[in-house]
Amino acid sequence: MTDTNLRPAPPAAGHDAKPTVVVEDVHVRYRVYATGKAARDRSGLLKRSPAMRRVREVHALRGVTFTAFEGEAIGVVGHNGSGKSTLLRAIAGLTPAAEGAVWADSDPTLLGVNAAMINELSGERNVILGGLALGLTPEEVREKYDEIVGFADIGEFIDLPMRTYSSGMAARLRFAIAAAVPHRILLIDEALAVGDKAFQQRSEERILELRAHAGTVFLVSHALGAVVDTCNRALWIDHGLLKMDGPAADVVAAYEASVK
Amino acid sequence: MTTALPSGTEVPDGLRLLGGRPALITYLGQVWRRRHFALELARSRFRAENEADRLGVAWIVLRPLINAAVYGFVFGLLLPSSSRPANFLPFLVIGVFVFQYFGACFSDGARSIVANMGLVTTLRFPRAVLPISVVLQQIYGLVWMVAMMLFLVLLSGEAPRLTWPLIVPALLLMTLFNLGVAFIAARLTIHLRDVAQLIPFITRIIFYLSGIFYQVSKIAHGHPKIEFLLTINPVHVYITLVRVALLGPEVVGPTWDPKAAWTLGVIWGLGALVVGFLYFWRAEDKYGRD
Repeated sequence: MTDTNLRPAPPAAGHDAKPTVVVEDVHVRYRVYATGKAARDRSGLLKRSPAMRRVREVHALRGVTFTAFEGEAIGVVGHNGSGKSTLLRAIAGLTPAAEGAVWADSDPTLLGVNAAMINELSGERNVILGGLALGLTPEEVREKYDEIVGFADIGEFIDLPMRTYSSGMAARLRFAIAAAVPHRILLIDEALAVGDKAFQQRSEERILELRAHAGTVFLVSHALGAVVDTCNRALWIDHGLLKMDGPAADVVAAYEASVK
Repeated sequence: MTTALPSGTEVPDGLRLLGGRPALITYLGQVWRRRHFALELARSRFRAENEADRLGVAWIVLRPLINAAVYGFVFGLLLPSSSRPANFLPFLVIGVFVFQYFGACFSDGARSIVANMGLVTTLRFPRAVLPISVVLQQIYGLVWMVAMMLFLVLLSGEAPRLTWPLIVPALLLMTLFNLGVAFIAARLTIHLRDVAQLIPFITRIIFYLSGIFYQVSKIAHGHPKIEFLLTINPVHVYITLVRVALLGPEVVGPTWDPKAAWTLGVIWGLGALVVGFLYFWRAEDKYGRD
């Protein structure tokens, strides 16, 4: 747990709240081009030439169903490889569901830590490109530019190519770009974990702000303290299945108990 | 109106299905709204790619120039042949420069999705923006190449002609064609990464078939079918339109038919663009999946 003062989790959205995302029995399968080496490791089971490349399928999500409402911040917890990030990517429409469907009242935006923007370009160019890609007009990007750079707080590095950034700086810039655009549905994947304390504080405030504007925020994080602090609800994903869905504090407590 | 789902939950008003392929009209609208993004991406990429080398933008012009010099040496001096026109140097330079435009759009177009996986997996935007931006990026280089080409044509002793401005519509039609090719190549590469490995060879075959260093009418003399096939080759069509505009109809020979050439240019340009865009759009929900 972090040493930040624990705010009590706000009450869950009432039943009169409007649903923003409906996830209906979503299955996601990845196609992986297995290498010869992987095949050789199982050569006792698979009578195939080890040099042959085959397509293997990974069943990352095995039927997840839930409904998110406006004003909710939903934490997603689970061990590595459980399908948390896949779930967010499916909601964002970046990884299409093999079965089932995702319904939403507007286009969700995903903010991931692994996803790079364009590494050869400077932070400045990436701010402009990111804003335009999110659908802002050039004027809107110019208006918001100072706010974005100020929020990311990366100083003179803004003129340098993004490949020179530390992972924390890059994540901060990405979060700042995405958070500058008003989103009904914002999906955050571990983006906060790499930032320093001061940045984590600021981004947590921004998430609460987004929630106040009747948006829905999803937060995938291993920082369970941050989940309890910022989210009112949590989903526990285990081996591609939804194991638990409820108030953030309860779900995090159950998850922690299972890990110990 | 609500839709009942198998689990019993109902999808309320105002929610819509995500992840599917948008209708064609909607998609065109989405692409149009991201036009600033496409242009900015092209501009940024163009600058970034040319800042890495010391000579910078000069390489845009130097690359085809060195290419032309090599081919000029090989075909002009080592292997002279009667299949070439008298003013071989400007003939060759135009061929190589215009071909360069096609080749770059083709190979960069094929990599436009794969090379931008970072963007594709981070942000949701109509993916057609990426091949479009690749072609826009080449247009930035094309402006320099055309300037160099005109300079070399003058240097070779040609006088300016009234028909010179015709290279603008010719290259415009070629841009439509290149864009269509970029769309098709981008989608093919997604389905089968190996396609990217074949592109240099395909490009080279097209290079040799496009009359860069020979006149089609001379090399296919007496073989009307072969001459017909070589003449309708789209890359050859655009190279020829530019050549005739800059050097006059003599570079083609007695078979020059301006009406047929321009008609072919329009058909190939619009045809490739429509087919390419539709082909690309049909897989919109698949990009970024693997």
